[in-house]
Amino acid sequence: MKNNRRGMLNGKKLKRTITREWQLYLLALPAVIYLFLFHYVPMYGVQIAFKDFVAIKGIEGSPWVGFKHFERFFSTYMFERAFSNTLILSFMGLLIGFPVPIILALLLNQLPGKKFKKTVQTVTYAPHFISLVVIVGMMTLLFSPNTGIVNKALVQLGGQKTNFMGEAKYFRWMYVLSGVWQSAGWGSIIYLAALSSVDMGLYEAARMDGCSRFGLVLHIDIPSIIPTCVIMFIMEMGRLMSLGYQKAYLMQNDLNLSVSEIIDTYTYKVGLINNKFSYSSAIGLFTSVVNIILLVGANTLSRKVTEESLW
Amino acid sequence: MKHAVLNRRKIRRTSGDILFDTVNYIILALVMLIVLYPLYFVAIASFSEPNMVNTGQVVLLPKSPSLDGYRRIFNNAKIWNGYYNTILYTVAGTALNISLTMTVAYTLTVHRFSIKKILLVYLMIPVYFSGGLIPTFLQVKALGLENTRLALIILNGLNVMNAIIARSFIRSSVPQELSEAAEIDGCSHFGIFFRIVLPLTKAGIAVLVLYYAVAHWNEYMLALIYLRNPKLYSLQIILREILLQNQAQDFMDDIVSATEKQRAAELIKYGVVIVSSLPMLILYPFLQKYFVKGTLIGSIKG
Repeated sequence: MKNNRRGMLNGKKLKRTITREWQLYLLALPAVIYLFLFHYVPMYGVQIAFKDFVAIKGIEGSPWVGFKHFERFFSTYMFERAFSNTLILSFMGLLIGFPVPIILALLLNQLPGKKFKKTVQTVTYAPHFISLVVIVGMMTLLFSPNTGIVNKALVQLGGQKTNFMGEAKYFRWMYVLSGVWQSAGWGSIIYLAALSSVDMGLYEAARMDGCSRFGLVLHIDIPSIIPTCVIMFIMEMGRLMSLGYQKAYLMQNDLNLSVSEIIDTYTYKVGLINNKFSYSSAIGLFTSVVNIILLVGANTLSRKVTEESLW
Repeated sequence: MKHAVLNRRKIRRTSGDILFDTVNYIILALVMLIVLYPLYFVAIASFSEPNMVNTGQVVLLPKSPSLDGYRRIFNNAKIWNGYYNTILYTVAGTALNISLTMTVAYTLTVHRFSIKKILLVYLMIPVYFSGGLIPTFLQVKALGLENTRLALIILNGLNVMNAIIARSFIRSSVPQELSEAAEIDGCSHFGIFFRIVLPLTKAGIAVLVLYYAVAHWNEYMLALIYLRNPKLYSLQIILREILLQNQAQDFMDDIVSATEKQRAAELIKYGVVIVSSLPMLILYPFLQKYFVKGTLIGSIKG
């Protein structure tokens, strides 16, 4: 009897909630459908990595094969090559690319004049708006061994003509440094935001105590942006394995393949050029798993050490 | 404000401070030069006689300026078609982006929305987990979107992080009391969304438009994966052909000699960089004050 009444009450309450909220459901619906169609269905489709995909049978009808594709991937030389190329490129990018926006923000923050600061910002943000195709295109033009201005300058200064975009040994530096060129300015925004919330009183007090300008950076600015740095670092860790195939793919040529073949480009080629759907999906799944482990690992470590955490 | 405080104490500027400022100015000026010069060089090279560029004589100013490269670029139907497609994908795609983003972001700001938590989890899962390239490809194919314009418009329809930014925008620009008062007065959620939230978050929407539009404009992988029909190719695909695959032949049907062709090809390459990047480079300084604010709001966690 009691249960029954409560049930009726809940039913009534539910009805009231729905009449009050149905327009909200409708407003959220487009996003929900979009994510369902283009993210959740493909997530379900990941099972293809454990199957031998046959086009006519579809994802569900194809036969299960367990870890076959994973085992095959781990046993090829491509695994070692693509895996290590990815990690080296990622770590180089992190080592060089991570500090630059922070330093840039610290320098910008210490500028006394507003005008110069704004000019530097406008200029350094610009490359963020240029497409990767154009960036790589510009690199091939400027670094061309015969006609590029960089080699012209190099020869003028008594150096040797160098095929920067062709030779394998320059690939990583070109990749990483062009990345810094493109995104350091944009990346500094978030640190500038953190710096703008520093209490003015701190600067005053430090100045009274005879702290130098460099001292202000060292003792006030840097400590105040460390939480932001930690959060950004954790997020970078979660992306370590997925550099994205765009830039490496654009920069690839037959000469630099030994260093430019990263997991993302390999997945793309195996999957969509050679049509090995299941094999490619297995590699993709492996990458996401590694990413998630790295993300959770970095986050746990950071929570213990610095008490900063993403969740 | 901070600088005003520091400036008031100018008297106390030590020689160390002056050195600090000088070094700072020099470093930042160098940074600007490093960022700006490649862009500037491409610009002047695109106006110069290709031989002068190739022999390293164009450094600070264009040499024997000519518009030959641009004439060839603008006379090419492929470029125009690519432009047309990219504008179409950018405009339609961004419109879809804004609709999907603002609607769901608004529901996340409604006080006491019963399924808010579940909805948020549902939105966040795809940020960390993804089906990957092939399962997504198969789904797009199953929906019949492969090799259609719709694919380029619908895919990347919603960036969840932008929805989180939009939620912060709405929270900070629409006072809670206002929407609650409207609700008490009998205004529906549709009414609040269209008549209060959208008009009050115009600046925020401008930021999102910029974020999404830039992404669409520069997108090339989607086109590479899903488009087979050259008629549908976006500008970035055409650019890749010209810049990286040396397929600029149909820009110079009138030239016979191979060396002349080579020269014209170089000129066209410099020109297309400018032609394709200029719209975004001109647009963003005007919106700079908004998008910096947008990044700031978005960066505040939660």
